[in-house]
Amino acid sequence: MSGNSLRRVRVAEVEAVANRIKRFRLVDIDNAPLSEFSGGSHISVVMHAGSRLMRNPYSLMGSPKDTSSYQISVLNVEPSRGGSKFMHESVKVGSELEIGQPLNLFPPAKLAKKHVFVAGGIGITPFMAMMDELDALHADFELHYGVRSLKDGAYCKYLQSRYGSRVNVYRQDLGQLIPLKTVLRGQLLGTHMYVCGPKPMIDWALQTAKLLGWPDENVHSEQFSAPPPGKPFVVKLARSGREIVVSGHQSILEALEENGVDAPFLCRGGACGQCETAVLSCDGFIEHNDHFLTEPEKAEGKKIMICMSRIQSASITLDL
Amino acid sequence: MGLTFRDETFRDDFTYANSPENIRRFPFPFIEDQYRYSVNIEPHTPGPKGSPFEFPFDIDEHYVSEMRDRALVLEADPLRCQALPHMMTAQWDMLELIMTSLARDYPEHFTLNRDGSQWHWINRPLGIDQKFTFLDAGTLPFEPMEYIGRQVQGDFSIQDQRDNQLWMDAGIITSQADWSLDFDVGMNFFEWHGPVPLAHEAGVFERALKFLLNLQIGKPVRRLNWTMTINPRLDTSPENYHKWGTDRTTVTPENAGKKVHLRVEMQGLFRLPRSNAILFSIRGYLMSLEQIVTVPKWGRRLPRVLRSLPQELVDYKGLTRYRETAIAYLSKYDDGAPTSPGGGPD
Repeated sequence: MSGNSLRRVRVAEVEAVANRIKRFRLVDIDNAPLSEFSGGSHISVVMHAGSRLMRNPYSLMGSPKDTSSYQISVLNVEPSRGGSKFMHESVKVGSELEIGQPLNLFPPAKLAKKHVFVAGGIGITPFMAMMDELDALHADFELHYGVRSLKDGAYCKYLQSRYGSRVNVYRQDLGQLIPLKTVLRGQLLGTHMYVCGPKPMIDWALQTAKLLGWPDENVHSEQFSAPPPGKPFVVKLARSGREIVVSGHQSILEALEENGVDAPFLCRGGACGQCETAVLSCDGFIEHNDHFLTEPEKAEGKKIMICMSRIQSASITLDL
Repeated sequence: MGLTFRDETFRDDFTYANSPENIRRFPFPFIEDQYRYSVNIEPHTPGPKGSPFEFPFDIDEHYVSEMRDRALVLEADPLRCQALPHMMTAQWDMLELIMTSLARDYPEHFTLNRDGSQWHWINRPLGIDQKFTFLDAGTLPFEPMEYIGRQVQGDFSIQDQRDNQLWMDAGIITSQADWSLDFDVGMNFFEWHGPVPLAHEAGVFERALKFLLNLQIGKPVRRLNWTMTINPRLDTSPENYHKWGTDRTTVTPENAGKKVHLRVEMQGLFRLPRSNAILFSIRGYLMSLEQIVTVPKWGRRLPRVLRSLPQELVDYKGLTRYRETAIAYLSKYDDGAPTSPGGGPD
């Protein structure tokens, strides 16, 4: 059972909402209702960029109650692997795309007494749906949102007008930083913190919470990074005996798909664990780029998440 | 084609029985003569027409009488239906999934009209005509899970998903094979499966949990589970053990065909979209041994399977006292001929 059933959507609206960030509104190709979803969910968007097939995960940022359309925001990453560049340059109003069903790997904790959201840049998107959902439930939450400048930060005005003093925006161009220690120190027991943004920010927030004695269960993070590029290598499939070349800008999963090999996957961001594959042998170092395997598992080198990770050597043999 | 609903009882005089047509659609769970422990999860996709797998929620000739028995259980013991406060969104998810499924799959029996949040539900077999506001629990006579749970066959639990675990935080359980919602509510996946023998050692629950945490919207899965019950009793709960436990001592070679029932559970697992919770449906089917042996393949296979059961499972399923008697009864119908693969009748 690999992957996620796809549905065709049409782009109904494209808006430049900040420097290098565009918002896309997607509707079903026949205008049928889309699935409801829960705050924190993402979808994967399938992109046929020339001869390349890519699927990137994007958080759903619209209201979960709105089944007429889904909204995503895409940052044009520099240097891009191709996905965000394709979305920015080739996808227009009326373009057709394929998307997977919503999947939630970043849900708000339903038993939390309060929710503290810490966002950096494009990391704001999952929190927009979560806040919409929690607001309807009259739940207690606050947002701490770090942006480079008001031109770079999307939705600052919208969020402030909708949620008022629950939204705190910090502008790097004014030297403002999220005062995370103060924010976390002042919270009641039973508060949960969620962080989404660039990797250094996530690491900093998790570390700060840990040092302040926050329990691991109350701290949540999500980061969808594209599979990092590297040098080409060869994947040997033990069961079929095939050998497949993974190019420098491809993930193992993408190379398998390009060659018609059906491998399991879901989130394609190294978070869900679905594409975990047994490593039978590897002649060098595995570069684990996922957030799923534990550190001891990564060190052991017996498993690899093929959506994100690659190797720094010539070949790896997988149980596929 | 409408169903004809039987008027029957699951207690006292036990008038429950399957019609000849219903016997052949029984989800006989044994696909080979040897018992094997497996998670046996498969996609809950539409099965053959007329089979219990045709629709997500199977309604059959026992519907009206089963709902009457559920109402009796809930009246005597309201704790069979419980939902923790954070499960209200999931309750609505469940109500929506079941109402839309039943109205689509059994239009002659159920109708749902939706105008925004104003919903109109008609359940003809039970004589219910209800207008209500979706997501406003005050407009229904019960909370949403109990409201719809009283109108659909099978037990249901709802699992919240948090901390990479599933938590049984709601359920309506009135026809269970000796487990208690009141005891299990609030437990996690490993805790409520604690009593199951053999599977923990095999790592079954770690794998199953990991699979379920990634269960997708619109891609439900199912599996079959089974046990045996003396008399066609739905409510074999720990709370009422004093009423049914001693039934196990009443099985004789003369009455085994009538008294001993194979109890099959078709278990469905559905991702609920608004709440990210998982709905677990436990749709039970009961059939007496004397009805089972009317299908020659099942008459041959069931005694073979029962002989091959590991002792731990015999004890866990509560068959210890009457397994031999049941095997002796069934063996009269096993001529030793080979059986075809799969569970269905030939």
